[in-house]
Parts: sequence; structure tokens; C-alpha cells
Amino acid sequence: MSPVRSRRLLRERAAIIQAVRSFFVADGFLEVFTPVRLPSVLPEAAIEAVESGGWYLQSSPEQCMKRLLASGYERIFQICPCFRAGERGRKHLPESTMLEWYESGRDHHDLMALCERLLRHLRPGGRLSYQGRFLDLAPPWPRLPLDEAFSRHASMSLERAIAEDCFEEVLCREVEPCLGVDRPVFIVDFPASMASLAALDPDRPGTAQRVELYAAGIELANGFKELTDPEEQRRRFHCERAAIRRAGREPGPMPELFLRDLARMPPAAGMALGVDRLVMLLADVADIGEVVAFTPENL
Amino acid sequence: MYNASDLRKGLKIEIDGEPYVVVQFEFSKPGKGQALYRTKLRNMVNGTMFDRTFRSNDKFKKAPLEERAMQYLYSQGDEFVFMDNQNYEQVSITRDQLGDNVNFLVDNMDVQVLLFDGNPIGVTLPISVNLRVTKAEPWARGDTSGTDTKPVTVETGYELQVPPFIEEGTLIQIDTRTGEYMTRVKE
Repeated sequence: MSPVRSRRLLRERAAIIQAVRSFFVADGFLEVFTPVRLPSVLPEAAIEAVESGGWYLQSSPEQCMKRLLASGYERIFQICPCFRAGERGRKHLPESTMLEWYESGRDHHDLMALCERLLRHLRPGGRLSYQGRFLDLAPPWPRLPLDEAFSRHASMSLERAIAEDCFEEVLCREVEPCLGVDRPVFIVDFPASMASLAALDPDRPGTAQRVELYAAGIELANGFKELTDPEEQRRRFHCERAAIRRAGREPGPMPELFLRDLARMPPAAGMALGVDRLVMLLADVADIGEVVAFTPENL
Repeated sequence: MYNASDLRKGLKIEIDGEPYVVVQFEFSKPGKGQALYRTKLRNMVNGTMFDRTFRSNDKFKKAPLEERAMQYLYSQGDEFVFMDNQNYEQVSITRDQLGDNVNFLVDNMDVQVLLFDGNPIGVTLPISVNLRVTKAEPWARGDTSGTDTKPVTVETGYELQVPPFIEEGTLIQIDTRTGEYMTRVKE
């Protein structure tokens, strides 16, 4: 990449992050800054934490931000580095920049509406061009249940992909490239087995109140109506820790203070959005390495 | 042993007893799902390509490949015979396995032979080779048609484009990687 192009992209990146920040501030959110290095991480089998002097670098600011919710902060956001070992590809960096926001008394429907408003703020024209295709950003964006995304775009049903243990393969190869091609799309109604830290739908206990935002085939954000039941959360953590051990890794200590505070966390919703990918999308760049000042290979 | 995270373009691995080279590689991972390592692999013996997706816990053997310095001796039909410079053993390699290299082989040429489990599967030639032009159309000096190359044939039967001043009997240098003319050799 030429230095001139990279200078342009770093300026564009800075302008996008400034615009995101002013959007949240104008909306009444408090910007928070929580520690990057923590004694424990929220155990997730699919995410490998980076150790740092006996502690861990955060893979997301989720646990500290939820503890702030529990202590009475109602609307908070943060833009911060997150670390995930072994993630490097056209859309992955082992150190990435994450935007997370949390709101008391809200649910995943509010998260989706906020995403639509945020993109409108960033692209007032309501359109963007990515890799030769136009995306219409006019809200509301479609809400597509995960099983329907599979029946529409994949060679097999969601149920069968899960049963045959090839969910990720089919999702990445067949479904994702078709998601959000003409306009962004929210994938909703994840099965309870993929709830992560989301609450289950009280009317449909097999379904998690989880949402994923895709644009131009790129997974941009993941959000939940948050699980606030510490016992259920502890049970899910036990499952994740067992899966981490099966993969031959050490899960580290249980995040006890997080579980303690979860008991007094109000009903809330929260979302994590990949800032590097947002910049890729808005600046029309195919490779995530071009939107950061340095890639790991350049250090 | 390699792990899936070692996969990258150019890596040579063994699968089901055959050597493969990774020709394309992409890491993908849903945020809350497991990592996938998507590859396009080329079989180093027969050249067939196929797509294969690996997961983090997949492991593979390093392909037991060895390069040995050898000298090209002669050909017999579709068999090309080489001699190991160290132990003077002779091995033969088929025309198919040589591919385009067959165009640039001259007697006594020093080459690197790639062996998989002791069996020859390919040859790496020197980057350039000098070959004599055996057939060339004369250059019409007054030609103003604007073409700045003409076709010639060299001693191995290979045909390529060269500048118009190259004549029959001239020794020319050819890039064995691209098959293109490099320069005229002064004798």
C-alpha cells in the first residue's frame, strides 16, 4: 500500500471515530474508560484470551461495563482495544478496536434502532459504495431470523448444520457472503445454544435475544438483551470453561466479581461493534490491515 | 507437526500420504463461533487442486520433502534421467512431472530435484538457461510494420518471442520461470 493511501485512510479512520464519539455524546451517553488488563476474562470457548503478566488483556470491555451498569450508570459507551489470540485474516486482527455501548431498561430492538441511527449519522446521504456495490442505508433494515438466513442462502438447514457440526463452515462459506449485500441486515432469533451472554426470549425459551448486524457480507456488530441471572450465567460459564479445557487450554479463574455484580444489574441491552470493520466499510477497503497504522506483521 | 494456525500460502503438508502445497489461504471466524482456516491445496504429485477447510484443532504432518542437487543426463521417450551429484545414483522423471521445464533442459545441466519420501516429483532449474536458436525468420530491415518481436525456435524445440535482430545460430538467455527471452549471449 502506498504511504499516501495509508495517510488518507488513517485520517478517515480518525474522522469516523470522532463522528461515532460525538453521536453517542450528543445522545446522552457517558464515555467510560475501563482497564484493559484484567485478572479474569468472561470464558468463551471460541475466543482465546491473551495473557499478560499472569492477568489477561480484555477480549471485550463487557465485564467492566456491565459492572458499571450494576453500580448505577445507565447509558455508557467505550471505544477501546480488544485482544484475541490467533485471529488474523482479511477481516481479523489480534488487536482490534471495539465500540461497545450499554443501556439500562432497553432491549435488542433498541440496539437495532440505534445502529440504524448511527449509520445515518455517519453517512447522512443514506448510501454507501463498497467494493463496487451500493448499499442502501435507509431504515428500517430487515430483521432476518438465523434459520431463515440458512434456508434462504445455504445448502442445508440451520438445524442440520448444527446437528452435523458444520455450522461455522456453512455460515462462512454460504450464508455470510449473501448477508447485507444491498442493505444492512440484522440476523435475529439465535438458538439458545448460541446465546452467549444473551437473555432467552421469555415467550420462546429456545430463542436467545441476540442480534448480529451484517453489511456487505461483513459481520459488523453483535448485541444482546443481557442475561442478568447470575446462576444461569455461572452455568453457561461452566460449559464454556469445560469446552476451553477440551480444546487443551486453561480457562483461568471464574470472574466472581462480575457474577456478584450481575445480581444487581438492571435489565439492559448492549452491543459490540468492530470499529476497524466499520472503517473498512465506510472507506471502501477490502483488507482490515489497511485501516490500522500497523499490522502485527509490521511490528 | 503443524497446527491449523501454522497454515499460510506456500506451506507444504502431507494429507493421506500425499504432499500438498497451500496455494490460497483465508482465515475466517464468526465473532462467537470457532475459527476456520480455508485453503486451496495443490497436490504436488499430480497437480490437482481442491478446497479444504480446517478447524483450530486440526493437525498435519510436514510433507517429507527433500531437494537434491542432480545433473540431467539424457532422455528416453517420456523418461528423463538425472544423476545424484553425491551418490551418483540415477533417477528418472516423467515428462508430465517436468511440465514446462522440459523446454529448458540441456545435457549436463545442474538442477535441484524435489523428492517426496525418496521419490522424485519435480525439478527446479537454474533461473536462466542459454539455448541456441535453431530456426528464425530473417529480419527484413525495412520492416516498418511496428512489431518489435518475432518468433524463433531453440534447440529444445521451444518456441518464443525475441527481438527482431536475433538470428539462426545465436545463443540466447531465457528465464526458466517465465519462459521469456532475457538477452543475447556474447560468444
